[in-house]
Amino acid sequence: MSLGEDRQVIYMDNNATTKVAPEVLEVMLPYFSEQYGNPSSMHSFGGSVGKMVVGAREKVSSLIGAQPDELVFTSCGTESDSTAILSAIQSFSDKRHIVTTRVEHPAVKNLCEQLDTLTGHKHKITSLPVESDGTIDLNRFEESLTDDTAIVSIMWANNETGVIFPIEEMVEITKNRGILFHTDAVQAVGKIPIDLNKVPIDFLSISGHKLHAPKGVGVLYVRKGTPFVPFMTGGHQEHGRRGGTENVTSIIGLGKACELAATKMNDENTRVKALRDKLEEGLLSNIPSSILNGHKTLRLPNTSNISFEYVEGESILLHLDRYNICASSGSACTSGSLEPSHVLRAMGVPFTAAHGSIRFSLSVYNTEEEVDFIIDKLPPIIANLREMSPFWKGSHPGQVGGANCKCSC
Amino acid sequence: MWDYTDKVKDHFLNPRNVGEIDSPSGIGEVGSLACGDALTLTFKLGDDGKIVDAKFKTFGCASAIASSSALTEMVKGLTLDEAEKLTNEDIAKYLGGLPKEKMHCSVMGREALEAAIANYRGVPIPMALGELVCECFGVTDLEIKRAIQESNLRTVEEVTNFTKAGGGCGKCEDKIEELLREVRKEAKEEIAIEEQPKRLTNIQKIKMIEEVLDREIRPALKKDGGDIELIDVDGDFVIVSLRGACVSCAKSQTTLKEYVEKKLREQVLDTLIVEEGKV
Repeated sequence: MSLGEDRQVIYMDNNATTKVAPEVLEVMLPYFSEQYGNPSSMHSFGGSVGKMVVGAREKVSSLIGAQPDELVFTSCGTESDSTAILSAIQSFSDKRHIVTTRVEHPAVKNLCEQLDTLTGHKHKITSLPVESDGTIDLNRFEESLTDDTAIVSIMWANNETGVIFPIEEMVEITKNRGILFHTDAVQAVGKIPIDLNKVPIDFLSISGHKLHAPKGVGVLYVRKGTPFVPFMTGGHQEHGRRGGTENVTSIIGLGKACELAATKMNDENTRVKALRDKLEEGLLSNIPSSILNGHKTLRLPNTSNISFEYVEGESILLHLDRYNICASSGSACTSGSLEPSHVLRAMGVPFTAAHGSIRFSLSVYNTEEEVDFIIDKLPPIIANLREMSPFWKGSHPGQVGGANCKCSC
Repeated sequence: MWDYTDKVKDHFLNPRNVGEIDSPSGIGEVGSLACGDALTLTFKLGDDGKIVDAKFKTFGCASAIASSSALTEMVKGLTLDEAEKLTNEDIAKYLGGLPKEKMHCSVMGREALEAAIANYRGVPIPMALGELVCECFGVTDLEIKRAIQESNLRTVEEVTNFTKAGGGCGKCEDKIEELLREVRKEAKEEIAIEEQPKRLTNIQKIKMIEEVLDREIRPALKKDGGDIELIDVDGDFVIVSLRGACVSCAKSQTTLKEYVEKKLREQVLDTLIVEEGKV
């Protein structure tokens, strides 16, 4: 469905997916057509493709301060997450405890919840709570670790709020305790500097399409010396750590995307951040009863999650869609589930605000005109929906349902 | 993205009859902020006993707003007896259909209408008299039964789509299942659950664990001057305390996991986790 008129798309949903950078597409194109060799082949036709994969591996590793042979190319961030966690619990099969957080992406959250059925063993999962600004309490983290802990899996930055977790400090705490550490860094890589030379982490997940590479390619970083059990077994590809012919074209694209990300890191953290701040301040000051979700500074430079009280997210998004503005919401209605985002609920965002949350996530391709356009268009949309809302300045008691909710929501 | 009909989009983008009627004949308020949608419906009855005006205020998604807008258009010109016969299916039909996950929006419209008519007549809201089934969304058995009947619902998921019941903590799913059987007059007989993987009660578990401890584990430990005591069983967690020579033995953790846990998993339940309790 499109409510939009013929207008240029204003894309501010870059935490969902990003545009493939033109430079990335360009380097990929020959590998869809004439350069179709298999990198594992003995002939030089395939071998030349293999060299490109080697080059891509070097580019990705240099973005995160890793060694090239510490990378395993996968199909997506979710595969990387599954591989890391399942590998850890197989490597430490006598340990049955996992530490994670209540705000993880479903790729980690749902996997942890389903480990019992997947492995046939009961696992104890500690899902750490977060503070109201989305940050984590390091003391509580330290206290959660036990001798039975096989792996810690905590995201580097949250996809909904952009809040950055102190991964360096947490890795420091787990060091020398025989506990593996995995981080889902799909939102962080390319947006903020990461140097694994300085962070002795065991596993780190990357997703290509979150940093202007195509969908369908990801990376799992596995530190040298970390025990590893493959998720997909087959040929000798990726040094036997992931069977299956390489997604050559996308891997080459990802290499280029990582190279670009390194050159644009400064732009992302200055110009894009300034645009994000302008958008955020513009909306918060022009729209009453609007609240920023997440810590003001410990946050990705591109993400802003704002709640507009007493209105519902899907309605806001569909009105924005008329202007071809792309954003997303943590409201229940957008997902098809009946409850608002688990991230906002974990932060204790009240229902008045959780249902009306909108996430804008920018990229280096956004402009100041686009920000101005949104600051101009959104306030009347909210005002109009509030005019229609029985809760806005009203006294709707809401006596039927929900009021005496006894469940955990 | 939801596949909304043009009619839904039209009623969402250009909602009819937004607002509240001053001194209305009847007012109906349903839903809540917590639930994610809510609707206040007001109507004015003419001297001829027909609804002359109806207005709404809605907090909710596009289909909730469109359903409310459609409802106000549909009831104008009807007598209360006629209006009372409107169902959520009528609202959905008027809009050219709704995605199945959004049917509860049309149900909310119908319930607001019922609440407003009850308010005019000074009687309690009929559906609210039922027994509360879903605590998260405040849905009664009467609402669920009616939805099952009128919309020919077959599964818990469908009931959730229509009434929201069961969409929160999920605790009431068994009760919904029961209501489905009751309404659909399906065989009450429980389908015998075949070969359920071993499900032991705590008492059974404790007895079996004690047996294995006595028969195999304790004698083996005693050979090395050690002993073991069962402290507690909590679900799959077996809390034990090592005694005697085991206390000071460097290998006691290995013994616990690789011997005690292994034996108990083999002979009692393969999901058990043995942990040492500090007493």
